[in-house]
Amino acid sequence: MKTESRLEKILDKGAFAVTSECGPPRGADPDVIREKGKLLKGVVDAANITDCQTSVVRMSSFASCLILKEMGFDPILQMVTRDRNRIAIQSDILGAAALGINNMLCLSGDHQRFGDHPQAKNVYDIDSIQLIMTVKKMRDEGKFLNDEELTKPPKLFIGAAANPFADPFEIRALRLAKKVAAGVQFIQTQCIFNLDRFAEWMRQVVDMGLHERVAILGGVTPLKSVGMGKYMKNLVPGMDVPDAIIERLKGVEKEKQSAEGIKICIESIQRLREMEGVRGVHIMAIEWEEKVKEIAEGAGLLPRPKV
Amino acid sequence: MIVAEAKPIEEVLAMIDRYDKIILAGCKECVAVCAAGGEKEVQLLASALRTARKTAGREIEIREVTLERQCDPEYVEGIRGFAGDYQAILSIACGVGVQYMAEHYKTIPALPGLNTSFMGGSLEQGVWSERCQGCGSCVLHLTGGICPITRCSKSLLNGPCGGSAQGKCEVDPEIECGWQLIIDRLKALGEFEARFVELFPVRDWSTSRDGGQRKIVREDLKQ
Repeated sequence: MKTESRLEKILDKGAFAVTSECGPPRGADPDVIREKGKLLKGVVDAANITDCQTSVVRMSSFASCLILKEMGFDPILQMVTRDRNRIAIQSDILGAAALGINNMLCLSGDHQRFGDHPQAKNVYDIDSIQLIMTVKKMRDEGKFLNDEELTKPPKLFIGAAANPFADPFEIRALRLAKKVAAGVQFIQTQCIFNLDRFAEWMRQVVDMGLHERVAILGGVTPLKSVGMGKYMKNLVPGMDVPDAIIERLKGVEKEKQSAEGIKICIESIQRLREMEGVRGVHIMAIEWEEKVKEIAEGAGLLPRPKV
Repeated sequence: MIVAEAKPIEEVLAMIDRYDKIILAGCKECVAVCAAGGEKEVQLLASALRTARKTAGREIEIREVTLERQCDPEYVEGIRGFAGDYQAILSIACGVGVQYMAEHYKTIPALPGLNTSFMGGSLEQGVWSERCQGCGSCVLHLTGGICPITRCSKSLLNGPCGGSAQGKCEVDPEIECGWQLIIDRLKALGEFEARFVELFPVRDWSTSRDGGQRKIVREDLKQ
Protein backbone atom coordinates (compact mmCIF):
# COMPACT_ATOMS: atom_id res chain seq x y z
CA MET A 1 0.00 0.00 0.00
CA LYS A 2 1.28 3.45 -0.93
CA THR A 3 1.06 6.17 1.67
CA GLU A 4 1.15 9.95 1.49
CA SER A 5 4.73 9.90 2.81
CA ARG A 6 7.08 12.26 1.01
CA LEU A 7 9.96 10.00 1.97
CA GLU A 8 8.27 7.05 0.29
CA LYS A 9 7.74 9.12 -2.86
CA ILE A 10 11.35 10.26 -2.94
CA LEU A 11 12.55 6.68 -2.56
CA ASP A 12 10.10 5.44 -5.19
CA LYS A 13 11.51 8.02 -7.56
CA GLY A 14 14.95 6.54 -7.04
CA ALA A 15 16.36 9.71 -5.52
CA PHE A 16 18.98 9.52 -2.76
CA ALA A 17 16.91 10.45 0.31
CA VAL A 18 17.94 12.84 3.06
CA THR A 19 16.43 12.76 6.51
CA SER A 20 17.45 14.35 9.76
CA GLU A 21 16.12 14.58 13.25
CA CYS A 22 15.06 17.02 15.93
CA GLY A 23 15.40 16.33 19.61
CA PRO A 24 12.38 17.92 21.34
CA PRO A 25 12.85 20.26 24.33
CA ARG A 26 12.70 19.44 28.02
CA GLY A 27 9.87 21.88 28.39
CA ALA A 28 6.60 22.97 26.84
CA ASP A 29 8.01 25.58 24.45
CA PRO A 30 6.91 24.82 20.86
CA ASP A 31 9.31 27.45 19.51
CA VAL A 32 12.28 25.16 20.19
CA ILE A 33 10.89 22.74 17.59
CA ARG A 34 10.03 25.62 15.25
CA GLU A 35 13.58 27.00 15.46
CA LYS A 36 15.07 23.57 14.71
CA GLY A 37 12.51 23.14 11.94
CA LYS A 38 13.61 26.39 10.29
CA LEU A 39 17.17 25.07 10.12
CA LEU A 40 16.01 21.95 8.30
CA LYS A 41 13.48 23.54 5.96
CA GLY A 42 14.22 22.68 2.35
CA VAL A 43 17.22 20.61 3.42
CA VAL A 44 15.60 17.24 4.18
CA ASP A 45 12.84 15.08 2.74
CA ALA A 46 11.55 14.13 6.17
CA ALA A 47 12.51 14.82 9.76
CA ASN A 48 12.40 12.43 12.69
CA ILE A 49 11.29 13.51 16.12
CA THR A 50 12.95 11.38 18.74
CA ASP A 51 10.87 9.70 21.44
CA CYS A 52 12.46 10.49 24.81
CA GLN A 53 15.87 9.48 23.46
CA THR A 54 18.32 8.07 26.00
CA SER A 55 15.25 7.70 28.26
CA VAL A 56 15.28 11.38 29.17
CA VAL A 57 11.85 12.99 29.43
CA ARG A 58 11.18 15.46 26.63
CA MET A 59 8.18 16.83 24.78
CA SER A 60 6.37 13.93 23.12
CA SER A 61 7.34 12.88 19.62
CA PHE A 62 3.68 12.95 18.59
CA ALA A 63 3.13 16.59 19.66
CA SER A 64 6.47 17.71 18.25
CA CYS A 65 5.66 16.03 14.92
CA LEU A 66 2.49 18.08 14.68
CA ILE A 67 4.47 21.29 15.20
CA LEU A 68 6.77 20.30 12.32
CA LYS A 69 3.75 19.32 10.25
CA GLU A 70 2.32 22.82 10.66
CA MET A 71 5.57 24.10 9.14
CA GLY A 72 5.10 21.95 6.05
CA PHE A 73 7.36 19.06 7.04
CA ASP A 74 6.61 15.38 6.57
CA PRO A 75 7.61 14.28 10.08
CA ILE A 76 8.70 10.78 11.09
CA LEU A 77 7.11 9.78 14.38
CA GLN A 78 9.54 7.77 16.46
CA MET A 79 7.92 5.36 18.88
CA VAL A 80 9.63 3.20 21.49
CA THR A 81 8.06 0.16 23.11
CA ARG A 82 9.75 0.94 26.43
CA ASP A 83 7.02 3.30 27.62
CA ARG A 84 3.80 2.01 26.08
CA ASN A 85 1.83 -1.19 26.05
CA ARG A 86 -0.10 -2.43 23.01
CA ILE A 87 -3.20 -0.48 24.02
CA ALA A 88 -1.36 2.86 24.13
CA ILE A 89 0.68 2.03 21.01
CA GLN A 90 -2.32 1.20 18.82
CA SER A 91 -4.16 4.22 20.15
CA ASP A 92 -1.23 6.54 19.32
CA ILE A 93 -0.88 4.99 15.86
CA LEU A 94 -4.51 5.81 15.08
CA GLY A 95 -4.13 9.32 16.48
CA ALA A 96 -0.97 9.99 14.52
CA ALA A 97 -2.46 8.79 11.25
CA ALA A 98 -5.65 10.79 11.87
CA LEU A 99 -3.63 13.98 12.25
CA GLY A 100 -1.67 13.47 9.05
CA ILE A 101 1.52 11.81 10.23
CA ASN A 102 2.69 9.56 7.40
CA ASN A 103 5.84 7.92 8.75
CA MET A 104 6.66 5.95 11.83
CA LEU A 105 9.96 4.61 13.13
CA CYS A 106 9.56 1.49 15.30
CA LEU A 107 12.08 1.16 18.12
CA SER A 108 12.52 -0.71 21.37
CA GLY A 109 14.18 2.35 22.97
CA ASP A 110 17.15 2.85 25.25
CA HIS A 111 16.78 1.21 28.64
CA GLN A 112 15.62 3.63 31.32
CA ARG A 113 18.80 2.95 33.28
CA PHE A 114 20.50 5.62 31.11
CA GLY A 115 17.91 8.28 31.53
CA ASP A 116 16.74 10.85 34.01
CA HIS A 117 14.19 8.50 35.62
CA PRO A 118 16.12 5.28 36.25
CA GLN A 119 13.55 4.41 38.95
CA ALA A 120 10.84 3.96 36.29
CA LYS A 121 9.16 0.68 35.38
CA ASN A 122 9.60 -0.24 31.74
CA VAL A 123 6.85 -1.79 29.67
CA TYR A 124 8.19 -3.88 26.77
CA ASP A 125 4.81 -5.48 26.20
CA ILE A 126 6.05 -5.85 22.61
CA ASP A 127 9.47 -5.44 21.01
CA SER A 128 10.52 -3.31 18.02
CA ILE A 129 9.94 -6.10 15.49
CA GLN A 130 6.50 -6.79 16.94
CA LEU A 131 5.82 -3.05 16.69
CA ILE A 132 6.54 -3.23 12.95
CA MET A 133 4.13 -6.20 12.74
CA THR A 134 1.53 -4.20 14.65
CA VAL A 135 1.62 -1.18 12.33
CA LYS A 136 1.58 -3.41 9.27
CA LYS A 137 -1.36 -5.41 10.55
CA MET A 138 -3.35 -2.28 11.36
CA ARG A 139 -2.53 -0.72 7.99
CA ASP A 140 -2.73 -3.69 5.61
CA GLU A 141 -5.27 -5.95 7.29
CA GLY A 142 -7.26 -3.19 8.99
CA LYS A 143 -7.09 -5.14 12.23
CA PHE A 144 -5.95 -4.58 15.78
CA LEU A 145 -3.56 -7.05 17.41
CA ASN A 146 -6.57 -8.92 18.82
CA ASP A 147 -7.81 -9.48 15.22
CA GLU A 148 -10.78 -7.18 15.63
CA GLU A 149 -11.41 -4.90 12.68
CA LEU A 150 -10.67 -1.21 12.93
CA THR A 151 -12.72 1.38 11.08
CA LYS A 152 -10.13 3.29 9.03
CA PRO A 153 -6.63 1.84 8.63
CA PRO A 154 -3.69 4.14 9.47
CA LYS A 155 -1.65 4.76 6.32
CA LEU A 156 1.89 4.85 7.64
CA PHE A 157 5.22 4.34 5.90
CA ILE A 158 6.98 1.94 8.24
CA GLY A 159 10.56 2.42 9.37
CA ALA A 160 12.93 0.96 11.91
CA ALA A 161 16.51 1.26 13.04
CA ALA A 162 19.44 -1.08 12.50
CA ASN A 163 22.75 -1.08 14.29
CA PRO A 164 25.43 -2.80 12.20
CA PHE A 165 27.96 -2.09 14.96
CA ALA A 166 26.35 -4.00 17.79
CA ASP A 167 27.27 -7.56 18.69
CA PRO A 168 27.08 -10.30 17.73
CA PHE A 169 28.01 -8.87 14.33
CA GLU A 170 27.20 -12.03 12.38
CA ILE A 171 23.48 -11.85 13.22
CA ARG A 172 23.02 -8.16 12.39
CA ALA A 173 22.02 -8.75 8.77
CA LEU A 174 19.76 -11.61 9.88
CA ARG A 175 18.11 -9.31 12.37
CA LEU A 176 17.46 -6.87 9.53
CA ALA A 177 15.95 -9.77 7.59
CA LYS A 178 13.54 -10.31 10.49
CA LYS A 179 12.52 -6.66 10.36
CA VAL A 180 11.99 -6.96 6.61
CA ALA A 181 9.88 -10.08 7.11
CA ALA A 182 7.88 -8.16 9.71
CA GLY A 183 7.11 -5.49 7.11
CA VAL A 184 9.58 -2.65 7.53
CA GLN A 185 9.98 -0.39 4.48
CA PHE A 186 12.84 1.93 5.42
CA ILE A 187 15.77 1.68 7.78
CA GLN A 188 17.79 4.42 9.41
CA THR A 189 21.04 3.00 10.74
CA GLN A 190 23.02 3.82 13.84
CA CYS A 191 25.66 6.56 13.32
CA ILE A 192 28.31 5.23 10.95
CA PHE A 193 31.89 6.10 11.82
CA ASN A 194 33.44 2.75 10.97
CA LEU A 195 32.72 2.70 7.25
CA ASP A 196 34.60 -0.54 6.63
CA ARG A 197 32.45 -2.43 9.09
CA PHE A 198 29.34 -0.82 7.66
CA ALA A 199 30.41 -1.83 4.14
CA GLU A 200 30.83 -5.40 5.35
CA TRP A 201 27.31 -5.37 6.81
CA MET A 202 25.93 -3.88 3.58
CA ARG A 203 27.61 -6.64 1.59
CA GLN A 204 25.76 -9.22 3.68
CA VAL A 205 22.52 -7.26 3.28
CA VAL A 206 22.97 -7.13 -0.50
CA ASP A 207 23.93 -10.82 -0.66
CA MET A 208 20.66 -11.62 1.09
CA GLY A 209 18.77 -9.37 -1.34
CA LEU A 210 17.39 -7.30 1.52
CA HIS A 211 18.35 -3.99 -0.13
CA GLU A 212 15.67 -4.63 -2.73
CA ARG A 213 12.98 -5.06 -0.11
CA VAL A 214 13.84 -2.20 2.24
CA ALA A 215 15.34 1.26 1.68
CA ILE A 216 18.45 1.66 3.79
CA LEU A 217 19.41 5.16 4.91
CA GLY A 218 22.89 5.33 6.40
CA GLY A 219 23.09 7.28 9.64
CA VAL A 220 25.81 9.91 10.00
CA THR A 221 26.71 12.26 12.83
CA PRO A 222 29.19 15.13 12.63
CA LEU A 223 31.64 15.16 15.53
CA LYS A 224 32.10 18.58 17.12
CA SER A 225 35.33 17.81 18.92
CA VAL A 226 37.77 15.15 20.09
CA GLY A 227 35.81 15.09 23.37
CA MET A 228 32.56 14.25 21.62
CA GLY A 229 34.30 11.51 19.62
CA LYS A 230 35.66 9.95 22.80
CA TYR A 231 32.28 10.24 24.50
CA MET A 232 30.54 8.51 21.58
CA LYS A 233 33.21 5.82 21.48
CA ASN A 234 33.26 5.03 25.17
CA LEU A 235 29.93 5.93 26.65
CA VAL A 236 27.21 5.54 24.04
CA PRO A 237 25.95 1.94 23.76
CA GLY A 238 26.36 0.30 20.39
CA MET A 239 28.65 2.97 18.91
CA ASP A 240 31.83 2.17 16.96
CA VAL A 241 34.16 5.17 16.57
CA PRO A 242 37.53 4.08 15.14
CA ASP A 243 40.67 5.57 16.69
CA ALA A 244 41.66 6.87 13.26
CA ILE A 245 38.72 9.32 13.33
CA ILE A 246 39.67 10.61 16.77
CA GLU A 247 43.31 10.90 15.70
CA ARG A 248 42.26 12.88 12.63
CA LEU A 249 40.35 15.36 14.83
CA LYS A 250 43.29 15.56 17.21
CA GLY A 251 45.49 16.45 14.26
CA VAL A 252 43.85 19.86 13.77
CA GLU A 253 43.73 22.88 16.07
CA LYS A 254 40.97 22.84 18.64
CA GLU A 255 38.93 25.61 17.00
CA LYS A 256 39.06 23.81 13.67
CA GLN A 257 37.95 20.43 15.02
CA SER A 258 34.25 21.03 14.36
CA ALA A 259 34.98 21.97 10.74
CA GLU A 260 37.05 18.80 10.43
CA GLY A 261 34.15 16.83 11.94
CA ILE A 262 31.84 18.19 9.27
CA LYS A 263 34.38 17.34 6.58
CA ILE A 264 34.56 13.75 7.86
CA CYS A 265 30.76 13.59 7.84
CA ILE A 266 30.56 14.81 4.23
CA GLU A 267 33.21 12.30 3.14
CA SER A 268 31.25 9.54 4.85
CA ILE A 269 28.10 10.50 2.95
CA GLN A 270 30.04 10.46 -0.32
CA ARG A 271 31.30 6.97 0.42
CA LEU A 272 27.82 5.81 1.46
CA ARG A 273 26.37 7.09 -1.83
CA GLU A 274 28.69 4.79 -3.70
CA MET A 275 27.73 1.69 -1.75
CA GLU A 276 25.31 -0.70 -3.37
CA GLY A 277 22.00 -0.78 -1.54
CA VAL A 278 22.32 2.52 0.32
CA ARG A 279 19.30 4.61 -0.70
CA GLY A 280 19.77 7.68 1.43
CA VAL A 281 21.32 9.29 4.42
CA HIS A 282 20.02 10.14 7.87
CA ILE A 283 21.93 13.10 9.30
CA MET A 284 21.86 13.14 13.08
CA ALA A 285 23.46 16.43 14.08
CA ILE A 286 22.97 16.14 17.80
CA GLU A 287 21.99 19.59 19.16
CA TRP A 288 23.77 20.96 16.07
CA GLU A 289 20.86 21.15 13.64
CA GLU A 290 22.24 24.37 12.14
CA LYS A 291 24.96 22.30 10.45
CA VAL A 292 22.66 19.91 8.58
CA LYS A 293 22.30 22.30 5.66
CA GLU A 294 26.05 22.77 5.37
CA ILE A 295 26.57 19.00 5.41
CA ALA A 296 23.83 18.33 2.84
CA GLU A 297 25.18 21.10 0.64
CA GLY A 298 28.75 19.90 0.99
CA ALA A 299 27.68 16.39 0.02
CA GLY A 300 25.90 17.71 -3.08
CA LEU A 301 22.46 16.71 -1.83
CA LEU A 302 20.77 20.09 -2.36
CA PRO A 303 18.38 21.18 -3.64
CA ARG A 304 16.03 18.37 -2.66
CA PRO A 305 13.90 16.97 -5.47
CA LYS A 306 10.24 17.97 -5.65
CA VAL A 307 7.60 15.26 -5.35
CA MET B 1 14.50 -21.11 44.57
CA ILE B 2 13.24 -17.79 45.79
CA VAL B 3 16.24 -15.59 46.52
CA ALA B 4 16.01 -12.85 49.11
CA GLU B 5 18.35 -10.58 51.02
CA ALA B 6 18.23 -8.96 54.42
CA LYS B 7 16.82 -5.48 54.75
CA PRO B 8 19.25 -2.97 56.28
CA ILE B 9 19.10 -3.34 60.06
CA GLU B 10 18.17 0.34 60.48
CA GLU B 11 15.04 -0.29 58.42
CA VAL B 12 14.13 -3.32 60.55
CA LEU B 13 14.77 -1.39 63.78
CA ALA B 14 12.49 1.43 62.58
CA MET B 15 9.80 -1.15 61.75
CA ILE B 16 9.86 -2.68 65.23
CA ASP B 17 10.48 0.58 67.06
CA ARG B 18 7.13 0.66 68.84
CA TYR B 19 7.25 -2.96 70.00
CA ASP B 20 9.05 -4.52 72.95
CA LYS B 21 7.94 -8.12 72.50
CA ILE B 22 8.10 -9.76 69.05
CA ILE B 23 8.41 -13.11 67.32
CA LEU B 24 11.25 -13.41 64.80
CA ALA B 25 10.29 -16.15 62.37
CA GLY B 26 12.63 -17.80 59.88
CA CYS B 27 11.92 -20.45 57.26
CA LYS B 28 13.85 -23.62 56.44
CA GLU B 29 13.19 -23.53 52.69
CA CYS B 30 14.56 -21.21 49.96
CA VAL B 31 15.61 -18.34 52.23
CA ALA B 32 17.62 -20.77 54.37
CA VAL B 33 19.43 -22.04 51.27
CA CYS B 34 20.26 -18.50 50.16
CA ALA B 35 21.42 -17.65 53.68
CA ALA B 36 18.92 -14.87 54.27
CA GLY B 37 16.23 -16.29 56.53
CA GLY B 38 17.13 -19.70 57.95
CA GLU B 39 17.76 -20.74 61.54
CA LYS B 40 21.24 -19.22 61.59
CA GLU B 41 20.04 -15.88 60.26
CA VAL B 42 17.27 -15.83 62.86
CA GLN B 43 19.87 -16.15 65.61
CA LEU B 44 22.14 -13.49 64.10
CA LEU B 45 19.36 -10.99 63.50
CA ALA B 46 17.79 -11.54 66.94
CA SER B 47 21.12 -10.95 68.58
CA ALA B 48 21.80 -7.80 66.53
CA LEU B 49 18.34 -6.38 67.26
CA ARG B 50 18.66 -7.09 71.00
CA THR B 51 22.05 -5.41 71.15
CA ALA B 52 20.85 -2.36 69.22
CA ARG B 53 17.80 -1.94 71.42
CA LYS B 54 19.82 -2.47 74.59
CA THR B 55 22.25 0.22 73.48
CA ALA B 56 19.28 2.50 72.82
CA GLY B 57 18.11 1.84 76.38
CA ARG B 58 14.91 0.07 75.29
CA GLU B 59 15.34 -3.66 75.57
CA ILE B 60 13.24 -5.96 73.40
CA GLU B 61 12.09 -9.53 73.98
CA ILE B 62 12.45 -11.65 70.87
CA ARG B 63 11.11 -15.17 70.53
CA GLU B 64 13.09 -17.01 67.87
CA VAL B 65 11.38 -19.61 65.71
CA THR B 66 12.25 -21.21 62.38
CA LEU B 67 9.39 -22.94 60.61
CA GLU B 68 9.70 -25.82 58.17
CA ARG B 69 7.91 -23.63 55.61
CA GLN B 70 6.14 -20.30 55.95
CA CYS B 71 4.21 -20.88 52.72
CA ASP B 72 2.25 -23.78 54.17
CA PRO B 73 -0.78 -23.27 56.49
CA GLU B 74 0.12 -26.36 58.52
CA TYR B 75 3.49 -24.97 59.63
CA VAL B 76 2.33 -21.37 59.94
CA GLU B 77 -0.24 -22.62 62.46
CA GLY B 78 2.66 -24.03 64.47
CA ILE B 79 3.09 -20.77 66.42
CA ARG B 80 -0.64 -20.44 67.22
CA GLY B 81 -0.08 -21.46 70.85
CA PHE B 82 2.04 -18.43 71.77
CA ALA B 83 1.57 -15.90 68.92
CA GLY B 84 -1.04 -13.98 70.92
CA ASP B 85 1.53 -13.18 73.60
CA TYR B 86 3.53 -11.00 71.17
CA GLN B 87 2.96 -7.59 69.60
CA ALA B 88 4.32 -8.35 66.14
CA ILE B 89 5.77 -11.09 63.94
CA LEU B 90 8.95 -10.16 62.13
CA SER B 91 9.25 -12.71 59.32
CA ILE B 92 12.48 -13.37 57.50
CA ALA B 93 10.85 -15.70 55.02
CA CYS B 94 10.10 -14.52 51.48
CA GLY B 95 7.13 -12.24 50.81
CA VAL B 96 4.87 -15.28 50.69
CA GLY B 97 5.78 -16.19 54.27
CA VAL B 98 5.15 -12.67 55.57
CA GLN B 99 1.72 -12.67 53.94
CA TYR B 100 0.85 -16.13 55.27
CA MET B 101 1.63 -14.86 58.75
CA ALA B 102 -0.62 -11.85 58.15
CA GLU B 103 -3.42 -14.04 56.83
CA HIS B 104 -3.25 -16.48 59.73
CA TYR B 105 -2.76 -14.04 62.63
CA LYS B 106 -5.28 -11.37 61.83
CA THR B 107 -4.69 -9.07 64.79
CA ILE B 108 -0.89 -9.27 64.91
CA PRO B 109 1.19 -7.11 62.54
CA ALA B 110 3.42 -9.14 60.17
CA LEU B 111 6.63 -7.32 59.22
CA PRO B 112 9.10 -8.16 56.42
CA GLY B 113 12.73 -8.56 57.49
CA LEU B 114 13.90 -9.41 53.97
CA ASN B 115 13.58 -8.02 50.49
CA THR B 116 12.39 -10.88 48.29
CA SER B 117 14.38 -10.47 45.11
CA PHE B 118 13.92 -13.11 42.44
CA MET B 119 13.65 -16.72 41.38
CA GLY B 120 17.10 -17.97 40.64
CA GLY B 121 19.96 -20.17 41.67
CA SER B 122 23.44 -19.99 43.10
CA LEU B 123 26.45 -19.43 40.84
CA GLU B 124 29.07 -19.91 43.53
CA GLN B 125 29.30 -19.54 47.29
CA GLY B 126 27.58 -16.27 48.16
CA VAL B 127 26.44 -15.41 44.63
CA TRP B 128 22.91 -15.87 43.31
CA SER B 129 21.49 -14.98 39.92
CA GLU B 130 18.00 -14.56 38.50
CA ARG B 131 16.66 -17.11 36.01
CA CYS B 132 12.85 -17.00 35.91
CA GLN B 133 10.14 -14.37 36.07
CA GLY B 134 7.24 -16.79 36.40
CA CYS B 135 5.55 -15.45 33.25
CA GLY B 136 3.28 -18.49 33.14
CA SER B 137 4.00 -19.47 29.54
CA CYS B 138 7.44 -20.98 29.16
CA VAL B 139 9.33 -20.52 25.87
CA LEU B 140 12.64 -22.11 26.88
CA HIS B 141 12.27 -24.85 24.24
CA LEU B 142 12.43 -22.12 21.57
CA THR B 143 15.34 -20.15 22.99
CA GLY B 144 17.94 -22.78 23.72
CA GLY B 145 16.98 -23.12 27.37
CA ILE B 146 17.86 -19.49 28.16
CA CYS B 147 15.02 -17.17 29.09
CA PRO B 148 14.75 -13.99 26.99
CA ILE B 149 12.19 -12.51 29.35
CA THR B 150 14.51 -12.75 32.32
CA ARG B 151 17.94 -12.53 30.76
CA CYS B 152 17.29 -9.71 28.27
CA SER B 153 16.95 -6.42 30.14
CA LYS B 154 14.19 -5.40 27.74
CA SER B 155 12.60 -8.88 27.56
CA LEU B 156 12.95 -8.76 23.78
CA LEU B 157 11.73 -11.82 21.94
CA ASN B 158 13.21 -11.30 18.48
CA GLY B 159 16.92 -10.98 19.07
CA PRO B 160 19.38 -8.58 20.65
CA CYS B 161 18.88 -4.82 20.59
CA GLY B 162 21.52 -2.43 19.31
CA GLY B 163 23.08 -2.15 22.74
CA SER B 164 24.69 -5.59 22.90
CA ALA B 165 28.47 -5.20 23.00
CA GLN B 166 31.04 -7.96 23.38
CA GLY B 167 28.49 -10.23 24.99
CA LYS B 168 27.41 -7.65 27.55
CA CYS B 169 24.18 -5.76 28.04
CA GLU B 170 23.96 -2.01 27.50
CA VAL B 171 22.41 -1.65 30.95
CA ASP B 172 25.50 -2.76 32.82
CA PRO B 173 28.77 -4.36 31.67
CA GLU B 174 28.34 -6.82 34.56
CA ILE B 175 25.17 -8.18 32.94
CA GLU B 176 25.55 -10.70 30.14
CA CYS B 177 23.51 -10.03 27.00
CA GLY B 178 20.73 -12.62 27.19
CA TRP B 179 20.46 -12.79 23.43
CA GLN B 180 24.17 -13.37 22.98
CA LEU B 181 23.76 -16.34 25.33
CA ILE B 182 20.72 -17.58 23.41
CA ILE B 183 22.49 -17.27 20.05
CA ASP B 184 25.61 -19.07 21.29
CA ARG B 185 23.50 -21.82 22.77
CA LEU B 186 21.30 -22.23 19.65
CA LYS B 187 24.47 -22.52 17.59
CA ALA B 188 25.88 -25.16 19.92
CA LEU B 189 22.62 -27.09 19.53
CA GLY B 190 22.61 -26.67 15.75
CA GLU B 191 19.27 -24.88 15.99
CA PHE B 192 20.34 -21.33 15.20
CA GLU B 193 19.33 -21.19 11.54
CA ALA B 194 15.90 -22.64 12.22
CA ARG B 195 15.07 -20.69 15.36
CA PHE B 196 16.58 -17.24 15.02
CA VAL B 197 15.00 -16.22 11.72
CA GLU B 198 11.53 -17.15 12.86
CA LEU B 199 9.45 -14.15 13.92
CA PHE B 200 8.27 -14.34 17.49
CA PRO B 201 4.70 -13.04 17.48
CA VAL B 202 3.24 -10.61 20.00
CA ARG B 203 2.95 -12.47 23.28
CA ASP B 204 -0.01 -13.16 25.52
CA TRP B 205 1.02 -11.76 28.91
CA SER B 206 -2.25 -12.67 30.60
CA THR B 207 -0.55 -15.74 32.10
CA SER B 208 1.94 -13.39 33.74
CA ARG B 209 1.32 -11.02 36.65
CA ASP B 210 -0.57 -8.85 34.17
CA GLY B 211 -3.56 -11.19 34.35
CA GLY B 212 -4.05 -10.46 38.04
CA GLN B 213 -3.16 -12.65 41.01
CA ARG B 214 -2.57 -16.16 39.79
CA LYS B 215 -3.87 -19.38 41.23
CA ILE B 216 -3.44 -23.03 40.26
CA VAL B 217 -6.14 -25.54 41.13
CA ARG B 218 -5.32 -29.22 40.73
CA GLU B 219 -8.59 -31.08 40.92
CA ASP B 220 -6.72 -34.40 41.03
CA LEU B 221 -5.03 -33.38 44.26
CA LYS B 222 -7.89 -31.56 45.97
CA GLN B 223 -9.63 -33.37 48.78
